[in-house]
Amino acid sequence: MRLLTHNMLSSNIKGVANGFPLRIVAEKVIEKPVEMNHDFLKNMFAKLDWKAFVDASRSLGYVELPDEADASMLESSEFLNKFHHALLELHLEEGALVCPETGRKFPVNKGIPNMLLHEDEV
Amino acid sequence: MNREKERKRMKLKQLEGLLGDLDQFSDPKVELEQYPTGPHITSRMLYTAENSFGDVSDRVVVDLGCGCGTLGLAAALLGADIVIGIDVDTDSLLTASTNAEELEVEIELVQCDVKHLDLRGQVVDTVIMNPPFGTRKKGADMDFLRAALKVASRAVYSLHKTSTREHIKRTALRDFNAKSAEVLCELRYDLPQLYKFHRKKEVDIAVDLWRFVPGTA
Ligand SMILES: C[S@@+](CC[C@H](N)C(=O)[O-])C[C@H]1O[C@@H](n2cnc3c(N)ncnc32)[C@H](O)[C@@H]1O
Repeated sequence: MRLLTHNMLSSNIKGVANGFPLRIVAEKVIEKPVEMNHDFLKNMFAKLDWKAFVDASRSLGYVELPDEADASMLESSEFLNKFHHALLELHLEEGALVCPETGRKFPVNKGIPNMLLHEDEV
Repeated sequence: MNREKERKRMKLKQLEGLLGDLDQFSDPKVELEQYPTGPHITSRMLYTAENSFGDVSDRVVVDLGCGCGTLGLAAALLGADIVIGIDVDTDSLLTASTNAEELEVEIELVQCDVKHLDLRGQVVDTVIMNPPFGTRKKGADMDFLRAALKVASRAVYSLHKTSTREHIKRTALRDFNAKSAEVLCELRYDLPQLYKFHRKKEVDIAVDLWRFVPGTA
């Protein structure tokens, strides 16, 4: 699971009012290089929840992103490189996503988050 | 020409060939309607989405009920920016992951029931899917359509039995807030016989390829 996906997922347990963002417990993180695509990054920047993204990147052990960012920073290639790396090259392979309200853990194995709910959670 | 561009130019036959080599359900679960979307149907579905509507390359694409990943992997091969495959079943997701490695493309995989699916941020452009036809669990096809129209911001491509055409159209427009619902073509679908009491190995059923445009939320 990459952080773009993390930014879209939330805990949908019945009764949970705000299941976003999921906290990350990282046991194994891997890096896989991919080609950079500026247009894509610009497009995603506008849609991301930046705070959730930065916190997520830090829980994967990547601390290069600023707390706050605005669109003008997309002109800087240094910023773009970091943004690209955190968004698309870091993979949470093993660990868990934790519901911010209930503490319920959604396991991540082989890079696949398991968001299935138990019977009493729907 | 870089690698991405080469991919976008991939020929129909070449795409179909690559998809033909993918691993499929080793132990299909009948109640989940697990049968592969064939390379022929998949390549035509994705080609139409790309060439007639520009809904694949440079888009964020979700394959709902991805199974072993054929549709999503085809989208990745045609140059989708990001592909996310979603299925309820662990075994299929692991096969999809192996298939992605074989093809050397990246896809994201998430285990989730479509009934509880929510993806925030309007990031997803296009949903492609071959949902259960609802023959085992009544309404399963509608659960998929509801989720797809909620998640996609640009288009939904889906296969449904031709016999349900009117019902699909009405429900999409009236209940799921679709802006449009259009049958692009009618196809023959080889449905493997999963029921032991059937004598023939496969039945050929009429299926519609749909394109839906989601309404604005
Ligand atoms: C007809 S198959 C699609 C096959 C896939 N396109 C492929 O080529 O492998 C339907 C898929 O939907 C999945 N499925 C069934 N019910 C589901 C649900 N409620 N939520 C998520 N996935 C589901 C099944 O596990 C199966 O993989």
